[in-house]
Amino acid sequence: MKQFILNRILSGILVIFGVSIFSFLLIHFIPGDPVRIMLGINATPEQVERLTHHLGLDKPLLVQYGQYIANLFQGDFGTSLKTGRPVLTEILDRFPETVKLAVFGLLIAVVIGISLGILAARFKDTIIDKLCTVFATLGVSIPSFWLAILLVMVFSVKLAWFPIANGTNFRDLILPACTLGVVASTMIMRLTRNGMVEVLSNDYIRTARAKGLEDRLILFRHALRNVLIPVVTVIGLQLAGLLGGAVIIEQVFNWPGLGTLALGAIMSRDFPLIQGTVLFMGVVYVTINILVDILYSVIDPRVEMGVKEAS
Amino acid sequence: MKMSKVLEVKGLTTQFESKNGPLTVVDQVDFIVEKGEVLGIVGESGCGKSVTSLSILQLLDKHGTISSGEVFYQNINLVEKNEKEMKKIRGKEISMIFQDPMTSLNPVLTIGKQIGEVIEQHEKLKGQEVKQKVVKLLQLVGIPRADEIYHEYPHRLSGGMKQRVMIAIAIACNPTLLIADEPTTALDVTIQAQILDLLRSLKDEMDMSMLLITHDLGVVAEMCDRVVVMYAGQVVETTDTRTLLRHPKHPYTIGLIQSTPHQSKGEKRLKSILGQVPTPDQFSHGCRFVERCPKAMEICQSTAPPLYDVDSHTSCRCWLYENKGDVI
Repeated sequence: MKQFILNRILSGILVIFGVSIFSFLLIHFIPGDPVRIMLGINATPEQVERLTHHLGLDKPLLVQYGQYIANLFQGDFGTSLKTGRPVLTEILDRFPETVKLAVFGLLIAVVIGISLGILAARFKDTIIDKLCTVFATLGVSIPSFWLAILLVMVFSVKLAWFPIANGTNFRDLILPACTLGVVASTMIMRLTRNGMVEVLSNDYIRTARAKGLEDRLILFRHALRNVLIPVVTVIGLQLAGLLGGAVIIEQVFNWPGLGTLALGAIMSRDFPLIQGTVLFMGVVYVTINILVDILYSVIDPRVEMGVKEAS
Repeated sequence: MKMSKVLEVKGLTTQFESKNGPLTVVDQVDFIVEKGEVLGIVGESGCGKSVTSLSILQLLDKHGTISSGEVFYQNINLVEKNEKEMKKIRGKEISMIFQDPMTSLNPVLTIGKQIGEVIEQHEKLKGQEVKQKVVKLLQLVGIPRADEIYHEYPHRLSGGMKQRVMIAIAIACNPTLLIADEPTTALDVTIQAQILDLLRSLKDEMDMSMLLITHDLGVVAEMCDRVVVMYAGQVVETTDTRTLLRHPKHPYTIGLIQSTPHQSKGEKRLKSILGQVPTPDQFSHGCRFVERCPKAMEICQSTAPPLYDVDSHTSCRCWLYENKGDVI
């Protein structure tokens, strides 16, 4: 088990290293002089020179990267051009809000997705199953921003149950979290349903029935754990995606998370902040993936073995 | 001495839904399992042996239903029992082991849990008591290092070991009847003998009766007291093992025996029964074996033969015995 986790962490570090190169090079991908783009066309040559020097862009590429990495290790992600505050502070200010939204949204997705998935599989080919399929199809095909606006129209404007996008209280959280939750739940539901149908036809389910076990035990102890193996991967990926900031939803609900931060940074050409958010999202993604892999081996005892044999 | 019946199956008919209406997979099957005996059900794949055994415990999937007939277990008709009542019988009174131990154990639960849960379900034991009983069962079925294996997952065990675990699950609550559906088919030949030995000694030790489903006449010779031969969903011959192997009556039984390899006879080429078992939608109006039968007569084409009582302990579904026995 230790070996397994160590392997995962090592390969995670490798990926983060790759992301750091990418985020470093981001500024060099821009056609033309990035400093001119940042400062706009009215900038004086002195201003351009000063910023070029400030960003270290006048040094050789390798030296720049070395400096970049060295700074990263000291927790220095650079300074936001717009606010003049350290990038890391900007990010960490916004991150808790994104975590709140992501976790709550995912919770809704998991509850809806898994329960509807089990329900649809249990009543396969009945009207219940078909209604669940309709729900899944709608969830996949409706654009999330449209659903967000619809929810705002109905629950904030018409019914006035929830405030319209201006705070970070629990009541402000509900609508954006529901939007994210409903959209994310459809994938979880379809996976759970199909997995359940397949698992229920397995020989070991017949064995469980031949033991005279209660239906509840057969469904939850014998079937669900096997179904969860692929579902957990998807939930993990969704969580990682949401933690990187649900850009559109955060924007629609004016939620002060990473998504709005990244979008703002792009709009105002705040390159250090863009680089910082890209790298940060990469780290979040990799961390969640490692956690999912570990969770995976807890649910499915065969996973760890496969890794040992391969290594 | 008159033995008592543990299981009596009467006119069992099981149908499966299909696009073209219901298909009768098991048709009017009768047999009796006496206390302490091993009854074999023999036949090729697709003869309805497994469906018969699944029907007894009502473990058919949702497309299959028992359309008529009775299954008496100690004089209680199981067909009339609802799902809740059947749950109390499965795993406790009648338990079952299946053909493929590789897929019959749940990959994500420990061996200890999978054996323990059947004890928790039926005997209302908890915690350490369950564990002690499971370890004893593991020892009883011949698994070494029972304490360690208790915590292991199925993928760490060999096929033979997994089948031993399946047997431990089946005998955990001292069942009266054990149904073994091709218990050795998926195993290596050397392991097969060990598993058969284990089943036989457990049967004697625990005073069980056994219904053994197999396509292997070697297993029948080794294990069974009496045999039911099934073909295309029907019983075609019932007799004791000795008579079956020495004086088979039904042309199908004769064909089965001739297609079993004998070392001593030194034959170069093994005989086989031509053709295949018809599927339920292809059953003929006459005898279902007619197309493959070397002794087929005119009447076999048009009229289905009844089951004739050839002597006191042998019955046979064949027109050849029309004048030799009474219709059952």
